Amino acid sequence: MIKLENVTKIFPGSKQPAVDRLNLEVPEGEVCVLVGPSGCGKTTTMKMINRLIEPSEGKIYINGTDTATVNPIKLRLDIGYVIQEIGLFPHLTIAENIATVPREKRWPADRIRARVDELLDLVGLDPEIYRNRKPSDLSGGQRQRVGVARAMAADPPILLMDEPFGAVDPITRAHLQNEFIRIQEQMKKTIIFVTHDIDEAIKMGDKIAVMRDGKLIQYDTPDNLLSQPADDFVAALVGRNRSIKRLHLIKVRDVVLNEIPTVKPLDPVDTVKQVFEGSKYRVVMVVNDAHRLMGVIGPEKLKRYGDGVTAGDIMEECQSTIELGATLNDALSVMLNYGERYVAVLGRKKELQGIITLGYLLELVKDDAA
Amino acid sequence: MDFQGFWTFAVNRSEKAWALLGEHAVLVFIAIAIAIILGIIIGILITYSKPASHAALWICQILMTIPSLAMFGLLLPFFGIGFKTGVTTLILYSLLPIVRNTYTGIKEIDPSILEAAQGMGMKESSILFRIKLPLAAPVIMAGVRTATVMIIGIAAIASYIGAGGLGHFIFQGINRWNMNMVLLGAIAVSILAIIVDFLMKKVEHRMVTK
Ligand SMILES: Nc1ncnc2c1ncn2[C@@H]1O[C@H](COP(=O)(O)OP(=O)(O)OP(=O)(O)O)[C@@H](O)[C@H]1O
Ligand SMILES: [Mg+2]
Repeated sequence: MIKLENVTKIFPGSKQPAVDRLNLEVPEGEVCVLVGPSGCGKTTTMKMINRLIEPSEGKIYINGTDTATVNPIKLRLDIGYVIQEIGLFPHLTIAENIATVPREKRWPADRIRARVDELLDLVGLDPEIYRNRKPSDLSGGQRQRVGVARAMAADPPILLMDEPFGAVDPITRAHLQNEFIRIQEQMKKTIIFVTHDIDEAIKMGDKIAVMRDGKLIQYDTPDNLLSQPADDFVAALVGRNRSIKRLHLIKVRDVVLNEIPTVKPLDPVDTVKQVFEGSKYRVVMVVNDAHRLMGVIGPEKLKRYGDGVTAGDIMEECQSTIELGATLNDALSVMLNYGERYVAVLGRKKELQGIITLGYLLELVKDDAA
Repeated sequence: MDFQGFWTFAVNRSEKAWALLGEHAVLVFIAIAIAIILGIIIGILITYSKPASHAALWICQILMTIPSLAMFGLLLPFFGIGFKTGVTTLILYSLLPIVRNTYTGIKEIDPSILEAAQGMGMKESSILFRIKLPLAAPVIMAGVRTATVMIIGIAAIASYIGAGGLGHFIFQGINRWNMNMVLLGAIAVSILAIIVDFLMKKVEHRMVTK
């Protein structure tokens, strides 16, 4: 966990604080995105966390320890850092660049080699091709990926990423973002991520910190930021068409309705009927013991069948499904595609996580229409 | 000028010429080796302090303005007649290009590279040896080349205070009004300088393209 307490930075010779009494708490395993206009103090905030810049006032804690009391070298070795300007070492190969921190930590050579290849794979660069190249042989986007790989090399629990996808074209950028979300789902690191781009912030962040002139204006989930912007500045930042943005940017994970009634395949139809009547949804999900979705049963089937039949006999294949990581927009597309008024939300191993209905989706958007 | 006569003279004196060339080269080599070590160390140290860098570069600059003959004279009381005074003088003259190029070579590194290194937790010693010096190497090498070529010339004057080398021909030639002898010494010094310059340029070029 990272905690900033009344952190202020006034650079020598300037009257305005670059960061002004900032309070921020990033829970373990979460992504906090810093957004705000240029010069609002995002980079300064990051650099105070790894002590490249010492705060003028206030305290910064990592897992409860005041960072001012930790040796800066030691502190930084456990904080991955992606610098805004990428900053690859031009005289070293890609592999040597990535190996920087493991080398400082004196890992054995073969472990470093294996780790470098693993990371290149992770960021989508073929190790065979790129391992021995120099940074100057790479495109801007590829360099940024190497920068990210280098920051993650020694598997630090905390990552500070300063506009890691800044210099990339929109298509590559979307690809890197998706990749990043996938990786973060597995790694669960504590991340502070800086961007100018509110869409990126909403997509990547568990929480978003909006800054202006060194001050924290709003610190909230993407959802709340869109539906309840704290002031005109935030409202302008998140922009018009917020309802549509929500569809695009709100993740299914964040709004899924978890409490849905389910039945097992061997349950008799009577049980299914009882469950159906007690449910606010017009569909009953059939799951196995591992909670995997086996099928669905709608009201017409229930009307037609009676005693002696089990849920497994009458269920139909459920095609209208979606993954937790998808967006509401994806969910809507699936519903339209299969002509259903619901979509079943599945986890990584196809286990049932919940449901999103059309009515609920519209409700979510309507909330925001104001 | 009688070319034939000069050539005969040169051939006759070739054995002595090679010996003096050897002395000259040793003098320059020892001086530059020490100057490289000293100059790079000073150049590195002053990157950490602005006042120190101003002071050091200023002192080196002043040293350069002292005429070489005067420098030899000034050092004689400390190191006596001969080799030691010669080497010391040459070291002092070599310092400026090496110190200055080490300093600028390091200072000109893109700050984001150093910030990345620091931000990832590299120790200052790692940053120095793995990042700063390799990146500054071509610039440092250029300084070493400038210094070497320069002191090959200055070393000729060192013969005057008994440090040996090709200057021997030049001073003896002047004393005896033997122009062939002066010419032989001068040409040998020039050729040595040109060859060394060429070779070091090649090394420098390899460093840049690497
Ligand atoms: N080393 C420094 N010395 C003096 N002022 C600085 C220094 N670094 C940053 N500043 C000032 O502090 C303020 C915040 O800068 P910072 O780099 O944190 O902004 P940012 O939010 O990262 O901007 P950007 O989006 O352009 O990267 C700016 O006004 C900047 O000019
Ligand atoms: Mg910045």
